[in-house]
Amino acid sequence: MSESLTCDVVVVGAGMTGAACALYAARAGLSVTVVDRGPVAGGTTGAGEGNLLVSDKAPGPELQLALLSLGLWAETAKELGAAVEYEAKGGLVVARTPEALDSLRAFAAAQRAAGVTADPVTADGLHDLEPRLAPGLAGGVHYPQDAQVMPALAAAHLLRASGARLLTGREVTRVLRAPGGAVRGVRTDRGDVQAPAVVNAAGTWGGELAARAGVLLPVLPRRGFVLVTEPLPPRIRHKVYAADYVADVASDSAALQTSPVVEGTAAGPVLIGASRERVGFDRSLSLPAVRALAAGATALFPFLSGVRALRTYAGFRPYLPDHLPAIGPDPRAPGLYHACGHEGAGIGLATGTGLLIAQSLTGRTPALDLTPFRPDRFPRTTKETAR
Amino acid sequence: MNPLELAGARPGPAFTVTFDGRRIEALPGRTVAAVLWAAGITSWRATRDGGRPRGVFCGIGVCFDCLVTVNGRPNQRACLVPARPGDDIRTQEGTGHAH
Repeated sequence: MSESLTCDVVVVGAGMTGAACALYAARAGLSVTVVDRGPVAGGTTGAGEGNLLVSDKAPGPELQLALLSLGLWAETAKELGAAVEYEAKGGLVVARTPEALDSLRAFAAAQRAAGVTADPVTADGLHDLEPRLAPGLAGGVHYPQDAQVMPALAAAHLLRASGARLLTGREVTRVLRAPGGAVRGVRTDRGDVQAPAVVNAAGTWGGELAARAGVLLPVLPRRGFVLVTEPLPPRIRHKVYAADYVADVASDSAALQTSPVVEGTAAGPVLIGASRERVGFDRSLSLPAVRALAAGATALFPFLSGVRALRTYAGFRPYLPDHLPAIGPDPRAPGLYHACGHEGAGIGLATGTGLLIAQSLTGRTPALDLTPFRPDRFPRTTKETAR
Repeated sequence: MNPLELAGARPGPAFTVTFDGRRIEALPGRTVAAVLWAAGITSWRATRDGGRPRGVFCGIGVCFDCLVTVNGRPNQRACLVPARPGDDIRTQEGTGHAH
């Protein structure tokens, strides 16, 4: 026996982005139902590190979204900070060579012009900020705006704070469209949910959900591993990473790339990233990837060579071909909104995305120009048009 | 009922390990957790947050609840590490990295 439910907006996806969309939509006065085929934070959200970063973003629309989002995270943290393990710890990007330092400083200067706080740090100054860093580094840049949350807790607490009806373990099989094309809800494997608006916050599955609404959105997975150490007393104060990371994030290569990203957590373990590979949804452990992570981390923090790695986990970053998310209404399907494709930055960008979606849903002017995030910006290939 | 009889096990001669300095007997092939349980010890870690007692929970290496310090090295899973003659097994406080 299937039930039929009604609400103002259905959010598909109970990850970080879906949770933030639900929260801001509810605050805008809408009744919200969140549907997920799995559990809360069962996809990319549960496999990330919880980074809220401006430091790795070049000036442009993604950086603007990050600045908006970090401000909203700080507000959210006043209420939920302890529950979601929010830490305004700051980021420290280090350069190993004078050449790398020159390009890092130039990058930081451009970020400063775009509103980022980015303070140059001398080689000696690095050890005042991070006493256990390796000797011999050329210098770095300190980003006090960078912060961290525990992503699964953050998604769960934002969902709870939203008061949305939560339907987990339910797969959306189709986005329902009226004869004129307007969205009128979703069909799930256990009944329909009627609503004049549907938000696609399905992460790496966002392309498939778009297809179930009859539109193209080319979201693809980019695999990453995280190496987790035994719990330690606080020894690493910031999110610390090598300047090469910025180049890897922006890269289009399918091959394995790793650059060390190291951070402590409130619970004690140190998290070591970041690898990037395009291998579809293959979850199998890659020894070369985790070996490269360990080598990169111990080069930055030599004491880690005496620390045990307890486990590793893999996740899939949902990316779009131009590395920008899809946010906002889909003109091809009135009533369909997209909030996915944030690649490895989705936890940080979730709050801004949620606000922009809520503003779009209620007919307000979005806080940012949504043009760069238009979901219909990817032309169909001739092959697809022919089908 | 002795589980050794149930399984028809014929282990080799026992050896000695220590737990917090106390000598206890260990049969070859047993994990640290099995040795401690056989000696009636069920807790060998205090949690990082609140110092609550912990021992074996899953028993198969998944949950990381049974972490213990063996021969000076903290955070070893008692349920997976085989006991060796002379092992110095110690209760782990918090992260085990107090110093």
